[in-house]
Amino acid sequence: MAQPQPASKKRLLRLKLNGRWREDAVAENQLLVDYIREVAGLTGTKIGCDGGECGACTVLSDSQPVPSCLTLAHRCDGRSIETIEGLTGRRRLHPLQRAFHQKLGTQCGFCTPGMIMAAEALLRRNFRPSEEDIKVALSGNLCRCTGYVKIIESVQAAAEMMP
Amino acid sequence: MTAIGCETPGSKRRGVPLIDGIEKVTGRARYTADLDHAGALVGMIFRSPVSHGEIKRLDVTKARQLDGVVAVVTGDDCPHTYGVLPVAMNEYPLARERVRYRGEPVAAVAAVDAATAQLALDLIEFDVRELPAYYSSAAARADGAILLHNDKPDNVEREVHHTFGDIAAGFNEADLVREFRISCAEVNHAQIEPHAVLADFDSTTQRLTVQSVTQVGYYLQLMLGRCLDMDLSRIRVIKPFVGGGFGARVEVLNFEIVAGLLARAAAGTVAMQLTREENFLTHRARPQTDVTLKLGMRRNGQITACACEVVQRGGAYAGYGIVTILYAGALLHGIYDIPAVKFDGYRIYANLPPCGAMRGHGSVDVRHALECALDRMARELRLDPFAVRRANLLRAPTQTMNGLMVNSCGLSECLDRVEQTSNWRARIGRLPPGKGLGIACSHYVSGAAKPIHWTGEPHAVVNLKVDFDGGITAFTGAADIGQGSSTMVAIVVSETLGVSLDRVRVVAGDSAITPKDNGAYSSRITFMVGNAAIDAAKNLRAILIKAAASKLEAKPDDIECVGEQFQIGSGSQASLPFADVVKAALVGGGVINVKGTFTCPPEAQGGKHKGGAVGSTMGFSYAAQVVEVTVDEATGAISVDRVWSALDCGHAINPLSVEGQVQGSVWMGMGQALSEETRYLNGLPAHASLLEYRVPTIVESPPIDVQIVESQDPNGPFGAKEASEGALAGFPPALVNAVANAIGIDFDELPLTPDRVMQALVERRRRGRIGALQRQAS
Repeated sequence: MAQPQPASKKRLLRLKLNGRWREDAVAENQLLVDYIREVAGLTGTKIGCDGGECGACTVLSDSQPVPSCLTLAHRCDGRSIETIEGLTGRRRLHPLQRAFHQKLGTQCGFCTPGMIMAAEALLRRNFRPSEEDIKVALSGNLCRCTGYVKIIESVQAAAEMMP
Repeated sequence: MTAIGCETPGSKRRGVPLIDGIEKVTGRARYTADLDHAGALVGMIFRSPVSHGEIKRLDVTKARQLDGVVAVVTGDDCPHTYGVLPVAMNEYPLARERVRYRGEPVAAVAAVDAATAQLALDLIEFDVRELPAYYSSAAARADGAILLHNDKPDNVEREVHHTFGDIAAGFNEADLVREFRISCAEVNHAQIEPHAVLADFDSTTQRLTVQSVTQVGYYLQLMLGRCLDMDLSRIRVIKPFVGGGFGARVEVLNFEIVAGLLARAAAGTVAMQLTREENFLTHRARPQTDVTLKLGMRRNGQITACACEVVQRGGAYAGYGIVTILYAGALLHGIYDIPAVKFDGYRIYANLPPCGAMRGHGSVDVRHALECALDRMARELRLDPFAVRRANLLRAPTQTMNGLMVNSCGLSECLDRVEQTSNWRARIGRLPPGKGLGIACSHYVSGAAKPIHWTGEPHAVVNLKVDFDGGITAFTGAADIGQGSSTMVAIVVSETLGVSLDRVRVVAGDSAITPKDNGAYSSRITFMVGNAAIDAAKNLRAILIKAAASKLEAKPDDIECVGEQFQIGSGSQASLPFADVVKAALVGGGVINVKGTFTCPPEAQGGKHKGGAVGSTMGFSYAAQVVEVTVDEATGAISVDRVWSALDCGHAINPLSVEGQVQGSVWMGMGQALSEETRYLNGLPAHASLLEYRVPTIVESPPIDVQIVESQDPNGPFGAKEASEGALAGFPPALVNAVANAIGIDFDELPLTPDRVMQALVERRRRGRIGALQRQAS
């Protein structure tokens, strides 16, 4: 009788997730997106493709946008990982969240968390981005609903809301 | 959130954000793959490795014996077909006896984890005797081709021949008759959320609960009942948040039934998440289409006759095929006033994934051909592209020759608006080299007036509930798939009742709770569910007004509710807050439940000819758009600089959403026009990822100006019609017309990829050189 493949060896992973340090025993071959969704239970980060095609899984690693479906969880040891859940303050939405909501930068919403995280990475290094800057920063994030017009407007509006 | 409850319909306002937008921007929205599936088994599908063959042997013994495998199902576990039209359900959830396309599901496993499930698939033994396979309509129809389905000679799933008016006389009266052959590639919905399902079978109660990415929950319930031999009352279908549909999820999909079969066989919960590749392998998208279009035209641009042959490569099974080919013919009508129209349609079986419904169902490729033809003939007649369209406008109200009701039409104003906003007059013919402008029009139905399963029930039902807390809950089966339909329901209820929007909560898409709805297809929800919601709200208002009248000691006719205050006439001193009126209305009876319905009358349900119901609707949306392009003659790359669009949606219930829908549909048309194309190598998809299947990124996406035209449809909710599909079909022809304007080449094939453009440019240079040599020689 055939046996299932042995599970990959687990090692301790220590990272900061949305501002809080945590330690988990994580398989060496586990992808960051699976760690975020399955281990940490944060399902805001989406999987839209088979690897690096759509950008729906974009999270921040030390403020840099990364596709979490192409990143091994263990590569993030000691790093600060931020997901869409980490953007929401206790009482108010982050300016990008408010802008995407009010300007209809989200329709079906599936690309939205990744799109917002990619936009957040942009705004952290460039708080008055041009339309061209926005297009370059979001070029790896596919949206099938909006035609991107209202996404650009949302990022511009968020930039204006930020102090 | 802005409260809009008290604004008059038709007043200038910007609209409101989606009522479920906060969940989406915070990541709290749970899509099917996000649902709690702790302890669920992982379902995976074994697929046919060949395009066409007889199944000789399927042995799942080793897979079944693998440690960690809980259930394996094959075609033997389901002797029932599924599909869309009751007359054309010729597909098994898992193949029996024969496979007809690469990737067709053959068997499925449920195992404790993904690795085990994958290993189990590798242990399945499958022997097949290969049969000749056909990857084009022509090959499938050729003499001697073996039949994919024995009851369909020549591999023609359906032929349609409709003639309205006197075709011969029409062409005789024409000053110019031209015929065009135009072909459009197969394109895919490419919704960003991959397919997923969570099925739970409780063996003690024998109940099945399926949560899935469906656009039409009740179709899924019907097909689960049929394929699993279950009483429908034992099945619950829930639609969680859905990450886009565009038609991909209108029909029941094989994996949804397979998950049900697995859950029952495993007596447990099965989660199935398809890869992006699998989404492409079994896609249900817009078919590859060849259009032969002959038009007769008078010198003034008036069309005298139209003869159109359409061949759709439908793939291996029926799916929506018959409806798609009927739409192609029916929607030749309803936009221009053409005195004679002949349609010959052929839906062909081929050894490729079955095609289905996609945004602008059936109408897009035909509209593309017609709008390209209009421009080319106008050029020959030295007519302006706007003038040729204005010469043929339909005047509402009217009934088309094929029996479609047109009750409102704002196309003329759409043309005026885009002519102005694009500054067409000042710019056409004066653009620098390589730049061009193009225009095209399009239309679409606001809901099929005759549903596929005709039961005599209303076309839409909405329930409203008010209880002691004063909150209003609207229950609808209508699937919000991102288009904003739940927000639309909340708006019309709040506007009808005169209460603020945030008092209304919408519960949608759960067969145990919400009334049956025909679903998110044919852009029916705003028109039909919107009208049902208004009806429900009026019924609730009558109850509340009666209670308020009794409290205020006035006649019900004198009471109105404005801004959550019930009062006697406007400006009256005596008034009661909404919450107090609800409390008064509950006395004696408790919770108030009301129902609202909407039914399309028989006269709206299309012509009496065979297939006449397809295309019938209570209201057509109309769109015009101008596209500006730059063509790089060195690389063949086309960039779209800007789009000016106008849509007649009757009345914009939520202008923000209308804008978003128009931008999204124009842009999806751009993908089809420029870069999207499925390609197969011996039946194997060569496009099965979002890198190979090129949807436009933000970098190549232009600004899209949206003008909303409000023709106030007499039957629409507050005068509204659809806004999500009508604008799509205009983009590809507007682009092709703009490219012709830019570089003087007419393209007959979609998409206009750089290689196609380069090839045309090279050919023109070669012809130019040959011409020069010939001139020298003579």
